Amino acid sequence: MVKWTELERSTVKAIWEKIDIDEVGPQIWARVLIVYPWTERYFGSFGDLFTITAILKNDKVAAHGKVVLKALDKAVNNMDNMKRTYADLSQLHFQKLEVDPDSFRLLADCITITIACKLKSALSPQSQAIWQKFLYAVVDAMSSQYR
Amino acid sequence: MSLTAKDKAVVKNFWGKVAPKAAEIGGEALGRMLTAYPQTKTYFSHWADLSPGSAQVKKHGATIMGAVGEAVSKIDDLTGALSALSELHAFKLRVDPANFRILAHNLILCMGMFFPGDFTPEVHLSVDKFLQNLALALSEKYR
Repeated sequence: MVKWTELERSTVKAIWEKIDIDEVGPQIWARVLIVYPWTERYFGSFGDLFTITAILKNDKVAAHGKVVLKALDKAVNNMDNMKRTYADLSQLHFQKLEVDPDSFRLLADCITITIACKLKSALSPQSQAIWQKFLYAVVDAMSSQYR
Repeated sequence: MSLTAKDKAVVKNFWGKVAPKAAEIGGEALGRMLTAYPQTKTYFSHWADLSPGSAQVKKHGATIMGAVGEAVSKIDDLTGALSALSELHAFKLRVDPANFRILAHNLILCMGMFFPGDFTPEVHLSVDKFLQNLALALSEKYR
């Protein structure tokens, strides 16, 4: 189980408070699909993902970005219990959705980059380190049922 | 994932905007890499101060970005352009090439931080590919 200091907890919460899920969720999701196009393999039902413009205008992409960030909210509020919090979602992504867990790492990096673009120097190097520790713990929890 | 003509044009165009701040971005990225990925500190134990903002970090970050800029100008032959640097990293510095990806992540993060309006997903895609190709050229001489 990952151990968190008081500073780490407050830093993660402080960053999360600055994020508007409805604004940033769609941006993050579009960025993943554009920068790592092989992730489109999981979204056959999303319609037109053939061009960058189409991805940026796609309503299903935007909606899914919000869904994923709402799930991240659970991690922010359950930092001591991430494996248990995400056990069902991990199971779902493995058994039913058949998602390569390496995709979680790609998503984590895109989340951090999008947040950095938004917060700019307000995301200090130390905060970035803490935020990435948090996200990699989420990635671990999401990969935990892959066996 | 080799660079298309479009990727090269996007990278050159974006670099035109980034160039005035390149040294600063390099220093910032290196400092963040050392902070967020402490395993990278193992290559810099000869430095007195590894904290972000230290003189050595800033100077070396600027050096790195100088090389990146060179690579942009010789984007059609990255292997040739980086030949000497590849030998240095392979035989003298012996940096595990996995770290090039880590540095690339931090360079991208800083470019986005300094130029959020210009660092669109489309630019991000081409820059990511470019840095990946750069890393490949840098590891050319390793074995």
